[in-house]
Parts: sequence; C-alpha cells; structure tokens
Amino acid sequence: MTSTITPPTRSATPRSGAFAHGLGSLVKARETGILLALVIIVAAATTKNPTFLFSPDGWRDMLLTPSILILLAVGQSIVIITRNVDLSVGSILGLTAYLTGRLFLDVPGIPIGLVVVGAVLFGAFLGLVNGALVAFAKVPALVITLGTLYAYRGINVAWTGSDRINASDMPKEFLALGTGQFLTIPYLTIIAIVVLVIAGLYMRNIRAGRELYAIGSDPDAARLYGLPVTRRILSAFVVSGALTGLAGVLFVARYGTINSQAGSGYELDAVGAAVIGGVAIFGGSGTVWGAAIGAVLLLTINRALPILGVPDFWQRAVVGLLIIGAIVLDRVLSLRQSRKLLEDRDDSA
Amino acid sequence: MTATTAQTAETRAFRTYGRPAWQRILVTREMAVIALLVIVIVVASAGVANFGKPITITYLFLDIAPALLIALPMTLIIVTGEIDLSVASTVGLASVLTGTLHQAGVPFEFAALAAIVAGAVGGALNGFLVTVVGLPSLAVTIGTLALYRGLAVGLLGTTAVTDFPEFWTDLAKSKIGDTAIPAVVIPIALLAVVFAVLLHFTRFGRGIFAIGLNDEAAVFSGVNVDRTKFILFVLSGAVAALAGIYYTLRYGSARGDNATGLELQVIAAVLLGGVSIFGGRGALHGVLAGVILIGVIASALRLANVTSDVINIITGALLVLSVVSTSFLAWLQRMRQRPGGTRTAAPPRGGS
Repeated sequence: MTSTITPPTRSATPRSGAFAHGLGSLVKARETGILLALVIIVAAATTKNPTFLFSPDGWRDMLLTPSILILLAVGQSIVIITRNVDLSVGSILGLTAYLTGRLFLDVPGIPIGLVVVGAVLFGAFLGLVNGALVAFAKVPALVITLGTLYAYRGINVAWTGSDRINASDMPKEFLALGTGQFLTIPYLTIIAIVVLVIAGLYMRNIRAGRELYAIGSDPDAARLYGLPVTRRILSAFVVSGALTGLAGVLFVARYGTINSQAGSGYELDAVGAAVIGGVAIFGGSGTVWGAAIGAVLLLTINRALPILGVPDFWQRAVVGLLIIGAIVLDRVLSLRQSRKLLEDRDDSA
Repeated sequence: MTATTAQTAETRAFRTYGRPAWQRILVTREMAVIALLVIVIVVASAGVANFGKPITITYLFLDIAPALLIALPMTLIIVTGEIDLSVASTVGLASVLTGTLHQAGVPFEFAALAAIVAGAVGGALNGFLVTVVGLPSLAVTIGTLALYRGLAVGLLGTTAVTDFPEFWTDLAKSKIGDTAIPAVVIPIALLAVVFAVLLHFTRFGRGIFAIGLNDEAAVFSGVNVDRTKFILFVLSGAVAALAGIYYTLRYGSARGDNATGLELQVIAAVLLGGVSIFGGRGALHGVLAGVILIGVIASALRLANVTSDVINIITGALLVLSVVSTSFLAWLQRMRQRPGGTRTAAPPRGGS
C-alpha cells in the first residue's frame, strides 16, 4: 500500500532529510516485510543445514528454482496493478514451451535467438488476444482469462497429443542456457533479474508505467482524465503474455522435456506470488519487486521445509497461510494509513 | 468483485427494456443455455453412437454430481459479487478427513459428519476474512485454496485411504429403481430446490441480489450484508465437503489431491449459466443447465472418440463467447438507442 501514485509519506514528513526519508520508506515499504520473512527462512534453513545456502548446489537451487516464476510474477503483477488478472499464464507457458520444442524439431539448425524471439512473440500474441477480449468486451479479466485458460490448454493438448519432446531432441547449446552459469549465477536468474529491473524501473519512473497504477486505482477517473486506458490494459496483457512466452522457453531449457501439461497450475502460483508480494488484488498498488520476492519466498519455502523438519507435503498449507497473512497485513497497514491521513487532514484544518 | 460498472447497468437495462412479460421470461440468458443444452442432447443422441444408452446417462450424472452440488452455493456467492476459489480444496480436505477418521476407527457416518463440520468451519474462515476483516474474497480464497489443499495433502501425503464400508460406496453409485439415473441425483435435486427457493423466493435471496447490485444501497435498505455473505461462505464450505464425501465414496479413495482444479470448472459453468461475475444477476436453472451442458458435451465427445481435451477448448470458447456475446448485444442495444442512430434500421429483437 506504500506505492500509490503519490506516496503519502512524502507530504506527511516534509522536513526529514533525504537519507532519513529513504531509510524510513525502506522500513515502511511493504516489500521489506516479505524480504525479512525470506531472510529468516533462508537463515533458519542454513543454520540447520549449511549446505542449504553454502554449497554450489544449494546456492544454485536458491537462485535457479524461482527464476521462471519471477518472470510470471512480474507479468502478473503488472496486469493485477491495472485491476485485471491473467489466469491463462499457465496455459500460455505450456503452448510457448511446446512451440519452442517444435521449432527445434521441425527446423533443424534454427538459431536459438530466433526460437526465443518466436516464443516471446507467440506469448505476446496470446496475451494480445486476452487483452483485446478484456479491453473491448469490457468483461472482467477473471472470466475472459478463465475461458482462455481452458481454450489455450485445449489447443495445447490438441496440438501436442500424447507427444513428448525430450532433451535429446534439442541442441546442447540451448540446454546449456538452462544449466549454465556466469560467476556462479545461473543464466536463467540473470535473465529474470534483468527483466525484473527493467519492469521495476518502468513501473516506477516511466509515465506509462505510472498510468497503469492510475488505471488500477480508479479506471473511470483515469478515463475521464484522458489516459489511454484501453491501450494501457492491452499492453499490460501483451507484456504478461510475452514474459510468459520467455518463461516458456526457459522452462524448456531448464527441464528439457515438454508434454501437453507443461505449466498447468502455474497461474495460481503467479497470482499467489503477487499477492504475497503485496500487490493488491484490486489494482492500483504494489510493485514488481514485491511480486518477485513473493515468487522467491513461495519456492524457497518448498525447499526449506524438509530441512526444518516439516514434510514438504505441508508446503501448500504454509503458502496458503502466507497469502492470508500477507493480505491481512496489507489490510491492517492500509487501515492505519488511512486513519493517519485523516488525522493529518484534521490537524492541518 | 463489487465493481458494478456502467456495463452491467446497461446489460440489465437491455434485458428489461420495454419487453412484454412473456419475452422477459422466455427470452433470457438462462433459456438460451437450456435451449443450447437441448440442442446438444438431440444432436449427440442422433449423431453419437451409444450416447443415449443408459450406462452413458449413469456415468454422466455420476461425473457431474460434485460440480452440480458445488455450483449451488457458488451461484449465490457470485450473485453477491464475491467468489469462492477454495471449494475444490475443501473437497480434497473433506475427503482426506473422512478417510483418516474412518481409518482411525471412527464409524463412517461420524467421520463424514466431522468432514462436513470441517467444511463449514473452512467456509466460516473464508466468510470471517471477507466480512469481518474486510478482505477481497478473490485473494482470501486463493489463500485458503492453498491452505486447505495443503492440509489435505499434509495429512495423507501421497497415500490414499481406500477401505470404506461397501454399503456406502454402493449407495453412492446405486440407481433409482430400474432406471439409469443414479440415486445421488435425488439429494442434489432436493438441495437445488432448497437453494433455488432461497435465492429466488425469499427475503434472504432478494438481499443477495441487492448486495450484488449495490452493497451500500443494500445496507441502507436493511440487508445485513456481512451476515448474508458469511452464511453463504459457510454453506459453500459445507456443500463442498458433502461433495468431497461423495467423491470419496464414488471413487472409493480418499486422496489429498482429489478434485484438483474443480473450482475453475464450477465457476466456468456458473458463468456460462448466465450469472454475472459483477454480481446482481443470475438464476439457478441457468446454472444447472450450464453444469449439465459441459457434462453432456464432455460425455458426447468422449464417446465420439474425440480426445477428452477438446472439451477444454469448447468449455473455454463457450465461456468467452457467452460473456462476449452479452457485451456485444448490449453494445448493439446502445447503438440502437442512440438518438438519430440505427434505431429504426435494426429490427426490434429479444435477448441472447
């Protein structure tokens, strides 16, 4: 709730120095809480078993496991910030993953870059279909993307059949993308972080990004104000689709096998990551940083639980508690904020 | 989900705008779904070998029974403008609770009763978070979707409980007399009547529509919004648990991952049946037709040797088409009502 269009803290503490202000907003930032939870879990698991973090494998898993979900969570949070939702991402991932494998099979010697571009464009196209239906039919995105969740998965299954593409069908250099690393940081993680930073800066500093928040806060007001609402919502879905397409390619590079069920159920993880990361489900608030941390937290818990002595069967329950805890915390913070703003207004009057 | 935009108002205006009573009853979204259902049944009976056979009908009803059950309270919840994504997880949890309690020596009846109580408690937690804490139901029930599924999977792991009394497992699959219709249809029909009366013929039901149209106005007209929503979430949890017990008996197996993904199927069927996701509009007969329609299509295609996954395409396309067509018709209507527009050019016509 701290990143509404005009941060209220700025007007509330006008005289504090830049550093104090920076520190203050860091402490108050919604993302700090989740980051803290993540640090605690990693610290606890590492204390119990140092290899959780301090071994080549542990370090690699720590970074690699959430990379694909980070991409989905970034796209999802951009869509949710505009007061929409994209439930079809799991199905889009499945389709783009199969396209990736198909391209390698059917076009021998195809350059890897071309495949990546192809999958991203295909994902963007599927996102465009979602966005067009949402923007022009003026039907809630929940319904539209629930429909395309089924339709895209159905197309995927019809296209794939019982076919399965294996690692042996794909070039080694491509699979190296999924396993390789640079200075102990896996390539997938680097890609995810680059995307995250670009999206984060865009949402924070670029006018079009800020307009997405305005649209999510109050679509009618945004329209009256003259913001290009339809175009912005359309582009949010296209971005979500394109990032999912990229995630589809990386999915193939990492796992090496694709069947018709690739990515099914990912939509709930993506929405869950965004919600845990403090993106308000009714738009207008939250950051892609938070969503990314939410994604990391979601998947790190999975690996940490067995080490902490909890069977990993309980992982989903813990994730559920986290989601509920995060939205309750959000609610409490926003209530306090609005009370404080009211007091400030009464004081100044 | 409470965002009632100009769009729904227009859609609503379109439905009642200057139409005689017979049209308002017969030319509705619900009737369109029912008509489509009849057409699909006729075409499938004529074109698909074995579709009309008793065994097909038996399996059809056995298959859609859980979705039919869960769709009843889900309809009421969506009419208030809320949503419950946690129902399929409640099915799994109720299934696992019944199984583990029975395995621990509790008589089946009591195990099942405990599962229903647990379902109601789970629904009450949803209702509490939505009404008292004031959280959006979409976010709450994504959380409890994970939580209840996690509890179910956590309790049983990947194992399953399979030894249930034959009396009960047989009962779940037994048929009415010599007909092909499973006995489970009777309690579902009774419950459907209860929910239909509740929604369409009581003060409580009018309150549900009022909340969906405008919850602030509902408060001022004396509807207890929070209590209504809370009751609906409790009902949803209890009915989902009931579906979980049926699921367990039908497949003779209590597993943590039972009915995964069923929530999306039910919501798709409810929306297909003409319930507006904005709230305030919908009818139970349309929903029942929606659930059966998806079941019939699935069954017919399977018999026609179409891969069962084409059903996904059709379900999705139906859902998208049904909502997009409503918007399209509303847009047409707007064009027609525009002064100096195409009002005279376009012939007067009814709903979808």
